[in-house]
Amino acid sequence: MKVNRTLIMGLTLVGFTLVLAILSFVWTPYDPLAMNPELSLSKPSPKHLLGTDVFGRDVLSNIIVGARSTLTVAFFAVLISMIFGVLVGVGTAISPKWAQTPAIFGIDIVLALPSVLFAIVLAAVYGPSTMTATIAIGVALSAAVGQVTRRETNAVLQADYVMAATSSGAGKGRIVRRHVLPNIRASLFVQASGAIAVAILAESTLSYLGLGTLPPTPSWGRMLAESQQFLIVDPILALWPGLVIVIAVLGFNLTGDGLREALDPTLRRSET
Amino acid sequence: MNTLWYVVRRIAILLGSLVVSSIVVFLLLRLLPGDIAQAKLGIDGSPEAVEQLREQYGLNRPLVVQYLDWLGGALRGDLGTSFISEVSVTDELQRKATVTLPLIATSATLAVLFAIPLGMLAALRFRKWDGIAISATSQLGIAVPAFWVGVILITIFAVQLGWLPAGGFPDAGWSDTPAAVRSMILPATTLALAQGAMLMRFARSATIDVLQQDYFRTARATGLTRAQALRIHGVRNALIPVISVLGIQISTLIVGAIVVESVFALPGIGQMLLQDVAIRDYTKVMGTVLATTAVVFTVSFLIDIVLGWLNPKARQRS
Repeated sequence: MKVNRTLIMGLTLVGFTLVLAILSFVWTPYDPLAMNPELSLSKPSPKHLLGTDVFGRDVLSNIIVGARSTLTVAFFAVLISMIFGVLVGVGTAISPKWAQTPAIFGIDIVLALPSVLFAIVLAAVYGPSTMTATIAIGVALSAAVGQVTRRETNAVLQADYVMAATSSGAGKGRIVRRHVLPNIRASLFVQASGAIAVAILAESTLSYLGLGTLPPTPSWGRMLAESQQFLIVDPILALWPGLVIVIAVLGFNLTGDGLREALDPTLRRSET
Repeated sequence: MNTLWYVVRRIAILLGSLVVSSIVVFLLLRLLPGDIAQAKLGIDGSPEAVEQLREQYGLNRPLVVQYLDWLGGALRGDLGTSFISEVSVTDELQRKATVTLPLIATSATLAVLFAIPLGMLAALRFRKWDGIAISATSQLGIAVPAFWVGVILITIFAVQLGWLPAGGFPDAGWSDTPAAVRSMILPATTLALAQGAMLMRFARSATIDVLQQDYFRTARATGLTRAQALRIHGVRNALIPVISVLGIQISTLIVGAIVVESVFALPGIGQMLLQDVAIRDYTKVMGTVLATTAVVFTVSFLIDIVLGWLNPKARQRS
């Protein structure tokens, strides 16, 4: 059996990010919010492995807690997108023809709207917050999930076994429960993995712009925005948050690709 | 007839999308908790003064009338006047677009120029070290946030080497062409790298797809080399999915521009939007978001038309 290197690499990076997030609940080298002006912008050392920021806060501790903030937003956003996306996708596919056109039209509109722009509008209305960012990212992602789910559901609905079930009297609810959901489950996992990567990037971007996780809660995007002011004196400070964002996003992207490869044997040959 | 029906259908979708998004933007920002007139006058504003301001801005009219008035103005190119700075939103957008549009156009051109040839090369060199290296770079590139690329480029080219400005734009704008061009190099490169990575991946996968088609094998069997067969038969077919991705990317390009303008303190539409959100200048936010979504939908429409022309199957599917 061929080893799925993409999946292994992806899961390793995801594992690293998850360990950081879980670790944040039980241990950090220092209190991430504890300020220590004498240690302002100190270089990496055995005491502070990644150095300190302008307020003398330990960068490693902030990176560890930042993993929790970013992943929490990403997970909840993807959860929202999965619930909405599957409801809309399956709902559209099983609804009568006349109802499908407006639903597809709605999905297309949300799909074309930039998620960060939507988050900016929500931030303008309700003020920037973690909740606003989560909802904006979740709603924006749900259109993509809805579109793929609708396509997959349509494919299942045209299968012979569904036609057989319909002719033997099975209702729509039973067909969705017994045939559609089990058959699209694998594809949903692949989508969720890719969606988490997109959500992590979106959360970091919003936090960088000051529209996501608010201070003093540590977040990778805001750490990067803050470090940008000290590029002349301490350029290395901007390295760490960027690096962990890349590790997390790459991890979930590779996991998605690896899962797709594992679940769809035709991809193993073409590797597209 | 088929082509005409396709175009008519696409125009209907475009108009419908614009109307729906304008309603969403209007309702989201107009059904706010609190009152715009009260917000402008602050807590010291007397009820009479608030009422007078509501009258002046037409805020006491029914919501439908306000919406139609706003939409009618937008169709004539008038997006209203800012409640706070009292400047024309359309004029401000036009002024800021002189920074944002060149940024988007340059970065999109740069991205296409490097990403499509590299993506095709990665496909041709499939399983060879250079093909794998290009492919791995694009995978990594997708994971790198645009703002981090910007910060790295500033650190290298502005802070360490001192070759280019770390941010800002000349007060004289494009009249000071050399300074304006220098200010654009790092932001446009940042945006191009971020967009190019995704495009490269699609170009690679579309080309690999073409390489496996029967017509490609037949072309090879007639004695053409892989590169010749790809140039004659493959490019047009490989470009179809790549162009459709470009259509989807226009919205990420605009978001990218907002972020990149923030990284490089460029006084464009994105920076203006973020500032307006901070001071809650709702008329400007509404106008900017409507204009931006109109651009996104129009570009998607144009790309669909190009796709329909390139690929008759798309017209039939529609």
